[in-house]
Amino acid sequence: MPIIQRKNAADFSFSLITAAASFTIVLMIGGILAVLVRESGPAIEKFGVIGFLTSTDWNPVTKSFGAATTIFGTLVTTAIALSIAVPTAVGIAIFVTEIAPNFLKGPIGIAIELLAAIPSIIYGMWGLFTLAPIMTKYVEPALQHSIGKVPVVGSLFQGTPMGIDLLTASVILSIMIIPFTASISRDSFNLTPSVVKESAYAIGATKWEVVKNVVLPYSKLGVFGGVALSLGRALGETMAVAFVLGNNHQITSSLLDAAATITVTLANEFTEADSDIYLSSLFYLALVLFVLSFVILAVAKFFLLRAGRRYSR
Amino acid sequence: MPEVELEARSLDFYYGGHVHALKAINLTVHRKGVTALIGPSGCGKTTLLRCFNRMHDLYPRNRYGGEIVFQGKNILGQDTDLINLRSRIGMVFQKPTPFPMSIFDNIAYGLKLKGIKKRMDLSEMVEQALQHAALWGEVKDKLNASAYDLSGGQQQRLVIARALAVKPEVLLFDEPTSALDPISTAKIEELAVALKKEVTIIIVTHNMQQAARMSDWTGFLMLGELIEFDRTNKIFTAPSEKLTEDYITGRFG
Amino acid sequence: MNAEKKRKVESFLALLMSTMAAAFGLFWLVFILGDVLAHGIGAITPGLFLNDPTPPGVEGGGLKNAFVGQVLITLMATFIGVPLGILGGTFLAEYARGTKTAHVISILADIMVSVPSIVVGTFIYAILVRPVGHFNGWAGAVALAVIMIPVVLRTTEDMLSLVPWTIREAAFALGAPYYKVIIQVVYRGAATGILTGIILSIARVAGETAPLLFTSFNNSFFSVNMNGPISSLTVTIFQYAMGPYDEWHAQAWAAAFIITIIVLALTITGRMIIKWRYK
Repeated sequence: MPIIQRKNAADFSFSLITAAASFTIVLMIGGILAVLVRESGPAIEKFGVIGFLTSTDWNPVTKSFGAATTIFGTLVTTAIALSIAVPTAVGIAIFVTEIAPNFLKGPIGIAIELLAAIPSIIYGMWGLFTLAPIMTKYVEPALQHSIGKVPVVGSLFQGTPMGIDLLTASVILSIMIIPFTASISRDSFNLTPSVVKESAYAIGATKWEVVKNVVLPYSKLGVFGGVALSLGRALGETMAVAFVLGNNHQITSSLLDAAATITVTLANEFTEADSDIYLSSLFYLALVLFVLSFVILAVAKFFLLRAGRRYSR
Repeated sequence: MPEVELEARSLDFYYGGHVHALKAINLTVHRKGVTALIGPSGCGKTTLLRCFNRMHDLYPRNRYGGEIVFQGKNILGQDTDLINLRSRIGMVFQKPTPFPMSIFDNIAYGLKLKGIKKRMDLSEMVEQALQHAALWGEVKDKLNASAYDLSGGQQQRLVIARALAVKPEVLLFDEPTSALDPISTAKIEELAVALKKEVTIIIVTHNMQQAARMSDWTGFLMLGELIEFDRTNKIFTAPSEKLTEDYITGRFG
Repeated sequence: MNAEKKRKVESFLALLMSTMAAAFGLFWLVFILGDVLAHGIGAITPGLFLNDPTPPGVEGGGLKNAFVGQVLITLMATFIGVPLGILGGTFLAEYARGTKTAHVISILADIMVSVPSIVVGTFIYAILVRPVGHFNGWAGAVALAVIMIPVVLRTTEDMLSLVPWTIREAAFALGAPYYKVIIQVVYRGAATGILTGIILSIARVAGETAPLLFTSFNNSFFSVNMNGPISSLTVTIFQYAMGPYDEWHAQAWAAAFIITIIVLALTITGRMIIKWRYK
């Protein structure tokens, strides 16, 4: 019900001020895109699009840069993190909504929100000083001696376990996104109307069957949206990963090797770039990340909107 | 015959520009009396009520046709000062709508809009309004309490006091008791009848008994048309139109 | 085992796994917070707050400049970001309610909430650092404001939409113009919700590091000059933790502890306000 008052001058001014304020959002997104494109100009010109995205070069000396290694790192850490985090988060959500006694639901809910609020740099630091040594001393050697001996799969665990590698980074990242994903999943599960669940119980379904056949299908869209949102967040995460990834530009088959993500490369090298093409390539990486995140977040929003629409009937 | 306060002349109204909700209504509202508008759901009685204070102007593409004459002037004109109009024709809604403020501030709000700032003047006028709304005794010791602390019936009387504070000439009631319990309802009806000595009251109600109890004049609407308008006891004992009679006797509605 | 028994066992196992997942998740919370507490509390001394950093190896260094800088940058970001967010949210929920424009801007704002904060850092670098020639605190504040605005805007929009429409009509019916209805009535009704949104947005940016890395950068000396590089707690943690010195690590833990406490306190306060108000 738009009510743009033309007769009252004060009203008109206020509506203009508020409109301008809301427009800053558009300016932000447009501005970021425009500036990143402008700054990556030289790199785009020199390396092209496909060329840049597929080149594994990253050499400040020869001034040859490519995004393939950082994209690899970004995708691998995110994929592993999600594969650990999503089942755990969904499990937590199921626990909080269906299993936990009422008096526990509140405190656990708060605990999840608190976990989600902890700044990522804390996770990163903790990862460096506490998790990495544990990974080096216990987890990684154990993995090497067990799965590492299996052909094919074993190649995932080759190399000297130093703790600063893809595996540790992925674990930290997964711990970081668990609370966020759990929170959204829990909200989606809670939207299932009790009458539908009660009808299922009335037929004699077990609690798990109600979850599997009623709650999960009902909240499908919301959970998908939540996972996509977590994916978007994980892609752009810097500090949690920066301490334990090593920023080694390489594509490797072993999770025990150091690697690089777009965010970590930016964090470590942006202020050190000593040539214009170097800086331009870094901006180019930022552009790639921005476009990628934007698309994924838009998809997530699409799912969440569909979920919301379906429930508000 | 008492004086005319408001007169609708061949009033048309279109929602969104093309839904013809009111059709050529001719209605005379008499000064200092209670006029009730009754009719089945969707008949246009609330739509008609909201024409009187031009509430429809808040929403896009609504269109009026014809005239509404208030004290000699057509208030449907482009040059009508809506802010001034609404301080002279007040409105009470179906659900009590206290503002998120103290009881005192609620009543004082309309006064402050009119520019009355001095604390002494405000206090006096707030007390007057609350007396008028038969609420003063119940709240005089807690004027600074939140309006939400009051019961539903009290909140509705608060809203009436708020509307009365700016001394309007007309008060529009849009089903004011449908959300209230019977005791609060009775109090509000009493209040409205007492108020009519000073304010012209137009009330929309889906409760026929309420209309019969409270009002001096009654208009019966159906599907956007004013079927019949006459003194209340005539409408309820010897209506001229068959449709009116059918509605009164419960054949439909 | 008949079919029914099998289903019951399956249910039990599946729910057991869920419970273990919950325990797994909670375990990390306790572990991480406990670790931060254990490591951090040892290095909390008055000197941490009162002294500026000393060269490594020299005793008695503190993080006064980082604390002050963090507060300064966050405060400035709040002054820039919160008004814009509130006014923007007002537009979407009031003047533009229901329009396509509002819908689009709302979606874009939601996306901006989760956009990588380091990208925001590079953007601000290009427009506020390079043209100026050096790192500066204003750039850091603006970078944080860019992150805050979408958060505040969306919460304001949501909270204003919760105020029932009839209250606005009642104010109109008294003869109030729309802007007065918004400022004098609707804002009052949504005040607690908006306040919570502000508190939560501050909690969010207080812990951000990436956007400050190439904007306000860092400063080993005490400075409150926003036109030059300003120290911040988060960037200092990054530098100190990655550095080789043990005193640096200890101070990084202490700083991490303090930031965690503040962010958690703000978050809890925000949530409690909402719970109390909308009971």
